[in-house]
Amino acid sequence: MNGLQSIRWCLLVLALGGAWFASGANAAERADLIYKTYCWQCHGMKGNGMGINIRDMSVQPRDHSDAKEMSSRSDEDLFKAIKLGGRAVDKSVLMPPWDGVLSDDEIHELVKYLRELCQCSHGRSH
Amino acid sequence: MNVGPIVLLLLFGILPLFAAAGDDGVAILNNQCKSCHNLDGPAPTTLQALRDRKGPDLFYAGSKYKSDWMIAWLQDPKRIRPAGMYYPDHIQPGPERDQIDTGGLPVHPRLDAPQARAVVAELMQRKDQQGRIRNGEYKPGSISIRMGELMFDKFRGCLACHEIEPGYGGKSGPEVYTAARRLQEDFMISYMRDPQAWDPKIFMPNRHLKESDLQKFVHYFRALSKENFE
Repeated sequence: MNGLQSIRWCLLVLALGGAWFASGANAAERADLIYKTYCWQCHGMKGNGMGINIRDMSVQPRDHSDAKEMSSRSDEDLFKAIKLGGRAVDKSVLMPPWDGVLSDDEIHELVKYLRELCQCSHGRSH
Repeated sequence: MNVGPIVLLLLFGILPLFAAAGDDGVAILNNQCKSCHNLDGPAPTTLQALRDRKGPDLFYAGSKYKSDWMIAWLQDPKRIRPAGMYYPDHIQPGPERDQIDTGGLPVHPRLDAPQARAVVAELMQRKDQQGRIRNGEYKPGSISIRMGELMFDKFRGCLACHEIEPGYGGKSGPEVYTAARRLQEDFMISYMRDPQAWDPKIFMPNRHLKESDLQKFVHYFRALSKENFE
């Protein structure tokens, strides 16, 4: 491999890496906007379950910043709860199904966003 | 009998009055309404467009609203969505929970009676163009308010976002205790069946309600609309 080829390979790797990073950043921004639009109303601006709707609810929304509670849920459970609603995971009917609005990809991005909010993963808090 | 003067009176006297009323409706819509309301469609298809929307879409107003209610409301507008059209832009963190920042909520202009009638006459011409309304689909019936509330809250969870009486219920969606005064029954059925068919990005989820539930909810809203909450 001569010098010119090496430079071309480096540029290609940089471009692919940049695109990968940008798509990740875009996905994170998209998840942030989705969370604000659909989830804030109940889960609150800080994700702590203190949304504008909660006063008259018989069951309070999940505190997404609670690492202990959130780490007890698998990513699959979170995905299912968002997509199919609380009843699908034996939780409250007040959590609605979002499958009519959000795509599976968007829900996967939301699950990642929730893991950032709680600073936790299934089975452990960071 | 010479009918000439009568014809002239019709041509140059009375008919222009009707024409002027029609023109006024269009003119008012274009001059006063268009900056906040979408008169031509489509509904927002991106979250940014949803956020930018200032007032309800009106391009299918004739399939959605009851004209008598609209004429009265335009003369004495009252807020229907406690947190505005796009609630995330009108809330702030509070000591117990997030709160509505009422300072940023816009106030709807007030029209006089002739203006309101002219605007509504024009708006009622704007019908759903996509066949989402099934005329006569709602079959009048009844349900007790207690049973309706049980369904609305405990069984289907809708109370989370909607008030069923002033000050009681969720704040991000429109109040439902006036829904049956405002909205045509067949529209309510269609919208609840699939909110995203009307408004693809709206933050009202599709609850996949049974057809019988759709009917019962409209019975409930009609019962609520007869309550005196003033």
